[in-house]
Amino acid sequence: MLDHEQIRTGAVQESDFTEVVASVRRFVRERVAPLEQEIEETDEIPAALRAEAAEMGLFGFAIPELYGGLGLSMSEEARLVCELGYTTPAFRSMFGTNNGIAGHVLLEGATEEQKKTWLPKIASGEWTASFALTEQGAGSDPSGLATTAVRDGDDWVINGSKRFITNAPLADVFMVFARTDPHASPSRGITTFMVEKGTAGLSVGPRDHKMGQAGAWTADVYLDNVRVPSSALIGGEDGVGRGYATAMRCLAHGRIHIAALCVGMSQRLVDESVSYAASREQGGAVIGTYQLIQGLIADSATDLYAARALVADVAARFDDGSDKRIGPSCAKYFASEAVGRIADRAVQIHGGSGYIRGVPVERFYRDARLFRIYEGTSQIQQIVIARGLLAQAGS
Amino acid sequence: MNIVVTVKQVPDTWAEKKLDAADKTVDRVSVDNVMNEMDEYGVEEALKIKEAHGGEVTVVTMGPAKAVETIRKALSMGADKAVHLTDDALHGSDALQTSAALAKVIATLSPDLVITATEASDARGGVMGALLAERLGLPQLTQARKVTVDPAAGKVSIERLADNGYALVEASLPAVVGVVEKINQPRYPSFKGIMAAKKKPLTTLSSGDAGLDAGSVGLAGAGSTVVDSQPAPPRQSGTIVKDEGDGGVKIADFLAAQKLI
Repeated sequence: MLDHEQIRTGAVQESDFTEVVASVRRFVRERVAPLEQEIEETDEIPAALRAEAAEMGLFGFAIPELYGGLGLSMSEEARLVCELGYTTPAFRSMFGTNNGIAGHVLLEGATEEQKKTWLPKIASGEWTASFALTEQGAGSDPSGLATTAVRDGDDWVINGSKRFITNAPLADVFMVFARTDPHASPSRGITTFMVEKGTAGLSVGPRDHKMGQAGAWTADVYLDNVRVPSSALIGGEDGVGRGYATAMRCLAHGRIHIAALCVGMSQRLVDESVSYAASREQGGAVIGTYQLIQGLIADSATDLYAARALVADVAARFDDGSDKRIGPSCAKYFASEAVGRIADRAVQIHGGSGYIRGVPVERFYRDARLFRIYEGTSQIQQIVIARGLLAQAGS
Repeated sequence: MNIVVTVKQVPDTWAEKKLDAADKTVDRVSVDNVMNEMDEYGVEEALKIKEAHGGEVTVVTMGPAKAVETIRKALSMGADKAVHLTDDALHGSDALQTSAALAKVIATLSPDLVITATEASDARGGVMGALLAERLGLPQLTQARKVTVDPAAGKVSIERLADNGYALVEASLPAVVGVVEKINQPRYPSFKGIMAAKKKPLTTLSSGDAGLDAGSVGLAGAGSTVVDSQPAPPRQSGTIVKDEGDGGVKIADFLAAQKLI
């Protein structure tokens, strides 16, 4: 079990962190943004860009310095991810799983020896990691999880199939969630295994054709009598049955991360909207002089300010340990819905151009749609928020 | 290879550049300051040469206390150590004085190679490389779009940018090389580089520490003086040619009026 203080070990000084944000900000705007259209058309992040991102340290900013990362706090991570959100979300997706849900499975659940062996490879980008929880019948609610792992001598044999697994076609390692006790409740019967690419019986389906977020790859993962040694059991023998609790903690962290990403995209969409409204002429005047356009801009800016302040507040409460569950869901719920509204208004402000392929807001409009779905749908967040509050009230 | 690279902190490219009302020097207080963008290419080239041949990269700057930010940027990119010449007495030094001061510092470092940018974006004099080479008594190669060092043979060769191609130019080491923006793609500071920068050796020198005579630097003794300045006039709006079947003729007339055809 990892407590909060351990995560803060090797914390970055504020003056250094300001430089980190400045460096990422320039990299995103000068190097990644000009490639957005190419990434959209080729459905691929150029290899050189991946190498540069790894060299910079982007695969491990949320992993403690002790294991080769930067060890950012949630508040710092949120500020950094806002910068990453300013460009195509496929860029962040390339290393988001390493820092986020996959890396955190190890941070939260692995033995010290496993962390020391595996985390440096994830933090450096030597490995791309995937988080394999979702199935046809199980996602944010894992009670229907059908993948099984059965002990056989010193080994475990895993069977099942996973869906929409981010980075699966590229992944070197998969954090696979499987039921180890068919009779126990999900909170006690699910265990996590680290399965390496190339293990016999492990296969990855073709890339999904998605509405947006081109360049971020998802696919099905099939486990057909995949035999792994007991050393692949995350957390060792103590990890048996702990997978659900680990997943839930990873998801809360990931929800703030996604909320911050939504804030970054919202900022980009507001910038695109304002610069278009300030330059596009219609009826002899720039459209920004029309009050109905001004109303759209003001609504989007207000949504952006609210989401940014909410994410900062929730991240601070996550860091001080006062709210690790309800706040992250509120932030993810509001920020993902807000970026949806902002993207919709951005298209509206652009008029016909906003519906044309190749115009950034058209692409972001499709990209943004996923934020209300993955890492827990808006409806799941509503449930987490309401049930959490009602539980506190003792009902 | 012992490589020295000169850098300068300048007002941000996009900032409105102003002169101080009192002494007509560049106002560095009221604006955001950054590393002269062209210096990033010099730092990158120094790092690449070090990576290829081994050795050490030393960053040298002269500027106010705040210029340490620019040093830190170069160190976070990967330079090994830095010398910061800073002193109120240096304020207002012109290019001749600055080159004398920098040359004095650089000489103590006994470099095999000194790399400079072509110019800084604030004053845009473009003379520092030549002045340094003269004062250090070293050959200078300018406008390099490619640098090849051969430490064993003790020489450096460059592709020198020209209007219609490039020239191959060679000099013996040690030498001063000025690089252009086309030469490379400067790296972004990595997170580890940023964290390591503060731990790298930084020598801060006053003009006295550097062995400069008090009268040899600063505004009072500068050989050139800014007497007056005017902002550049706003750009005139362009001429719009409406094509009413005679667009080609109108454009030709316009070009002829400008004596372009």
